[in-house]
Amino acid sequence: MSLSVLLRHRFPTVRMDIAFEVPTPGVTVLFGPSGSGKSTIISAASGLLRPDECCIVVDGKVLADTASGIWLPPERRRMGLVFQDARLFPHMSVATNLRFGLRRAAPGPVQFNEVVELLGIGALLARRPHTLSGGERQRVAIGRALLAQPHLLLMDEPLASLDSARKSEIMPYLTRLKTALNLPIVYVTHALDEVAQLADSMVLIEAGRVIGSGPLPEIAARTDMPLAQRDDAGALLLCRVAEHDARRELSRLEGGGATLWVPLLDAPVGSERRLRIPAREVILAGKPPDAISLHNIVPGRVRRMTADAARRSVLVEIALPSGALISRVTPDAIVRLDLAADRPVLALIKSTSIEVLGS
Amino acid sequence: MPLAVVTAWVLARYRFPGRPVLNALVHLPLVLPPVVTGWLLLIIFGIRGPIGSLLNEWFGIRLVFTTAGAAVACAVMTFPVMVRAVRLALETADPGLEQAARTLGAGRLDRLFNVTLPLASPGILVGGIVAYATCLGEFGAVITFAANIPGQTQTLPLAIYAALQVPGGEAKAAELSLVSLTLALIGLLLSEWIGKRLNIMLGR
Repeated sequence: MSLSVLLRHRFPTVRMDIAFEVPTPGVTVLFGPSGSGKSTIISAASGLLRPDECCIVVDGKVLADTASGIWLPPERRRMGLVFQDARLFPHMSVATNLRFGLRRAAPGPVQFNEVVELLGIGALLARRPHTLSGGERQRVAIGRALLAQPHLLLMDEPLASLDSARKSEIMPYLTRLKTALNLPIVYVTHALDEVAQLADSMVLIEAGRVIGSGPLPEIAARTDMPLAQRDDAGALLLCRVAEHDARRELSRLEGGGATLWVPLLDAPVGSERRLRIPAREVILAGKPPDAISLHNIVPGRVRRMTADAARRSVLVEIALPSGALISRVTPDAIVRLDLAADRPVLALIKSTSIEVLGS
Repeated sequence: MPLAVVTAWVLARYRFPGRPVLNALVHLPLVLPPVVTGWLLLIIFGIRGPIGSLLNEWFGIRLVFTTAGAAVACAVMTFPVMVRAVRLALETADPGLEQAARTLGAGRLDRLFNVTLPLASPGILVGGIVAYATCLGEFGAVITFAANIPGQTQTLPLAIYAALQVPGGEAKAAELSLVSLTLALIGLLLSEWIGKRLNIMLGR
């Protein structure tokens, strides 16, 4: 099952030429600087903008294909769209807002009570939109879009207008949503923390073009792509909690073909967690050190090295059996360790520098 | 009023070849001397006029020199006021909300009745009340089209004018002027109050 998007459009100042295919269900994050064309993709997918050429296929269903003349207007396309500014109808209560799409859609799998419970908006139903906080408003907007029984949920920077406290209030609902509903989601953002917590697939967009796409762990560690070149770059590993060692106050996680120890987690054995390992926290070694406080010594192989002249450092991409790590080191370290592509290397990671995110 | 809403919607939302002409036609009564408007109505809706003769033949409706005629004259005169108010309200309604309604499956008319018009309702109501108050003061078009028949087509200003023509009628004129003043004031206050209430309801 997959989502495939093709889009060509000529704007007065920029030409868009976008094509990508990602697996479904799951969250696909469109990531790129503002003005790169992310929102244009959302507008075209929802039908609000008609590009010169466009083809969108979700799980074999053709939602739009200008080549064969299929172009449904937005009101008949059944794409759930969540705007940055919520756009709740001010003259309706929360409940009426939620039912707006539901009443106009054919009966579908998404149930009113389920959505209300999932998003924790039961207490808000009788309220008016202008009495809600920004985070509450956005949760209602998400519910309203879901209840219209969409084929695909499009979210255009849904958290961009919220402060970080509101953001962290709404994030758990989004991760729940991801697992509870079997619905493909396309999510536009330029915030790295949202990417790390939500994304399954990534599409990197720059100046109207796709510069890279694929599973998040792969894209995040590609040192030749902008995500890994940021100052706060880090690798992501999808891990499973394998064991708790209460005596040593440590938890063992397995993922990407590596074993990692982190400070004791409050999570059941077998549950899934995302680990974010910042590039600047990864030390490289040629042979195992002894007498060291470190818990994690992960063997890998150098896949790619990219010089970052501005920061006088080199980004090293380390291939694991099924995943990758990145490390930011000095050029001098490369020389001393005699690192080169395809050489074996050990990645040393302090257990306290590993960030454990939700599933 | 519904006609004014439709006209305002067309003028606010659509660009078509005859738009400037329609726009000018709607606003004509505002700039034309009212007497001229009344006379034009007389020509069009008179018993021998193109529309007036049809109305008379088919439905037996006579507009000239009747109460209905006075109402038509008032409506034509206040039409531009109404259209302007509604159009302004429609143009300030957030197009983003209509987009949201579209993606939720609402068609064109559905959006108009359930999103756009409710959002524009303060402007529409305020426009209606102001137009009604203006209507009460109609003089030139009414006297030309529907004449000045006491109890039938005599509007307030017409009655005041008539009273002033009679020696010793100042007292009656003053009385009627007071009525006129009160009605105008109530109209303005009412429109203000309703507008405020609706805006609070819409959370503005």
